[in-house]
Amino acid sequence: MWQELRTELHPRGVEIVTVALDVDAEQARPSIEAASADHPSLIDEAHVLDELFGVVNVPNAVWIDEDGVIVRPAEPAHPGRNPVTDSFKTMDLDTLPPDLAEVLREAQKIRTEPELYVAMIRDWAANGAASQYALTPDQVIARSRPRDLDGSAAAAHFELGQHLHRNGDHAAAIPHWREAHRLDPDNWTYRRNAWNFESPTSQSRTDAYDSSWFEDVKKIGAENYYPPLVP
Amino acid sequence: MLLTDLLVDADEFATRTGWSVKPQGACKAEVCVPLPDDVRAPDGRLDASVIAGRLGMSLIRHDDQTLWALGPETAVTGRALTTAVAPDLTLPDVEGRPFTLSSLRGQKVVMVAWASW
Repeated sequence: MWQELRTELHPRGVEIVTVALDVDAEQARPSIEAASADHPSLIDEAHVLDELFGVVNVPNAVWIDEDGVIVRPAEPAHPGRNPVTDSFKTMDLDTLPPDLAEVLREAQKIRTEPELYVAMIRDWAANGAASQYALTPDQVIARSRPRDLDGSAAAAHFELGQHLHRNGDHAAAIPHWREAHRLDPDNWTYRRNAWNFESPTSQSRTDAYDSSWFEDVKKIGAENYYPPLVP
Repeated sequence: MLLTDLLVDADEFATRTGWSVKPQGACKAEVCVPLPDDVRAPDGRLDASVIAGRLGMSLIRHDDQTLWALGPETAVTGRALTTAVAPDLTLPDVEGRPFTLSSLRGQKVVMVAWASW
């Protein structure tokens, strides 16, 4: 999805780096190979991006200038129309099983802002530090998400879980991931990653967790799933 | 950061967390937090519980095994970012080849987190 924008903007000094927050890198491989991108496509099994940059959902992106200074902290980042979420909007829900229709009815409310986001990147490419979208260091820090000791503990529990899972003890990972979810309820990457192991794709409720994608999205309202961009 | 010992190699700590221990304390870009003298063990390694206390990092132990994880700092700004200077992150590609973010200095970078799930 990002290659098209990369082709347009790389001659103007912008590089794209995609990072897959997959605990199991092999799950990201098919998409990476299909994209066959010119830009670096990396893997972050431990969700280091959550810790170091404040990523809480995907897709999220951070802008870093020529000197290595962050000029926009983590925020929702849609490079174009998403064919999957767009397809929800045109489905005839009355023809579907009621439980699936209920999920899709909620998912139809998910709001993305690809036109604005791409316009912001183009403006930064053209105007650099003078772009209205390139923030000052103080603004960048102030706009990064709040973090307290619970948030720090959630990251630690997530990392313990992924380490145990990768070493073959998935059952031992679950209590740590449950703790990560409890301590940092606004972080979707911890939850989505964990749900997906028990219930691939639909991320439905299982015995492992007291939550599911649909239940948690419904709680906040799908229209709030991606917070609005603050240009 | 995963730990199998509460004494941590200073270079590994810097690589994973972005915090370097210098004479003036633990530093991340322009921000330095003073550390007590006893943060260093005689062999030069760092006492993770002392660092955790000063930087506001949660130190979580897995059951009774010798496995811990140290969460990110909270003490300076109370936000995900302590400084706007990007940490020098190295991550692998899908073949395991490492890529270092700072190799892109001189270009604007849009770093995008996505996932298969």
